Amino acid sequence: MRVPDSILPLCTEGLGFSAGGVEILRDISLTMTAGAPTLLIGANGAGKSVLLRLLHGLLKPSAGRVFWSRPPEQAARRQAMVFQRPVLLRRSVLANTLYPMVLANVARGEREARAAEALALVGLADRAADPARKLSVGQQQRLALARAAALQPELLFLDEPSASLDPAATRAVEEIVLKLAARGTKIVMTTHDLGQARRLAGDIIFLHRGSVLEQAQAEAFFQQPASAIARAFLRGELVW
Amino acid sequence: MGDLSSAFKTALGLILSLDPAVLAIVTLSLRVSLSALVLAALIGLPMGALLAVARFPGRGSVISLINALMGLPPVVAGLLIYLLLSRSGPLGSFGLLFTPSAMIIAQAVLITPILAALTRQVLESMWEEYAEQLRSFGAGPWRAVPTLLWDGRFMLPTVLLAGFGRAAAEVGAVMVVGGNIEGFTRVMTTAIALETSKGDLPLALALGVVLMAIVLGVNALAQGVRGIAARWAG
Repeated sequence: MRVPDSILPLCTEGLGFSAGGVEILRDISLTMTAGAPTLLIGANGAGKSVLLRLLHGLLKPSAGRVFWSRPPEQAARRQAMVFQRPVLLRRSVLANTLYPMVLANVARGEREARAAEALALVGLADRAADPARKLSVGQQQRLALARAAALQPELLFLDEPSASLDPAATRAVEEIVLKLAARGTKIVMTTHDLGQARRLAGDIIFLHRGSVLEQAQAEAFFQQPASAIARAFLRGELVW
Repeated sequence: MGDLSSAFKTALGLILSLDPAVLAIVTLSLRVSLSALVLAALIGLPMGALLAVARFPGRGSVISLINALMGLPPVVAGLLIYLLLSRSGPLGSFGLLFTPSAMIIAQAVLITPILAALTRQVLESMWEEYAEQLRSFGAGPWRAVPTLLWDGRFMLPTVLLAGFGRAAAEVGAVMVVGGNIEGFTRVMTTAIALETSKGDLPLALALGVVLMAIVLGVNALAQGVRGIAARWAG
């Protein structure tokens, strides 16, 4: 899986984040390598979304650092993020897909082809001309995934992409995530849905109160979590 | 009452017969106010968009100032431009005073703060929604300005129409810098003021009716644009 000029692995060293005097994340040291999806799990408020934003560069860490295997500018151009609530531009479905490619300086002739391919991937090819914000919530999230996929990122961050979706739309999102993973896109995704984590994860990072309690292969984690808190979390007990 | 109804009849006659004097005044009014709108939009819209996205020290004061300038009295705007354009003023050598150009400048000065302030309001809430996503795409505030202006295209016409309405309806600025010269700088509002004081009510009324029709038409247009916006923008 290792590409010579890959931006991966992604490492963090002693990463911490505080806001308004409240420590949200502390001393996060992780390595994420190319391969199967990495799922960040943990209770609400464990710091999953904040960690994703620190990794993607949307927030500045209060402590520690994020390291990419390529210079930061290159790494920034080869990653994308899909948010829990997709923010779609007030434009057509197609224009939404093209927009980030313009910012990323994708050659004009290539944009249309990539957009068509990405929209077909998420099953929105026949909606290309429709106003994006008139799509259903599930379709909007699929469009957000298409928009990110068209950038052909090496790494895609997904922040609870199906948290506000019904089971059918969730299933559609998971299928897209698996397709992207299958074609070599590294997925780093948060979820509080353990079933989803089991379905998608190659490895698991378990966050609790702003710290990483475990990082393990998914199978090993679900069979034999090392920490008592993770065991309680997997049994469905309320941990926070 | 008889006076009023006969005046009204004559006025309608003037409009329906497309009286050349009325037509010339209406045409000049539209030319001046539309030119002022274009000029003000070129400055006001980007300024408003920039204020919506930029964070710099003193931003609050700049916004307060622009909001305050929305209430700038037209005669004061006229006076400022008069001082700039008068023979002894810094721009006197252009010889613009008492020309339609001076009127365009005065109205543009009057409505630029309106366009900037309203644009900021409209786009600031959009920026709050877009900011994180655009940063994820690698777009900073500068790159966001054209994006926001384009995505606000269904809401900004309402802003433009508000500015146009203000420009078309004001008397003071065009009176001071235009001089209300017949056949040259006489527009609807200054003509109405003059003809009313002279007692020529039919002409004043005819122009009043046209002005009202324009204002109502502009509002209807704004309503229609909002309808389209609701369909597209969600």
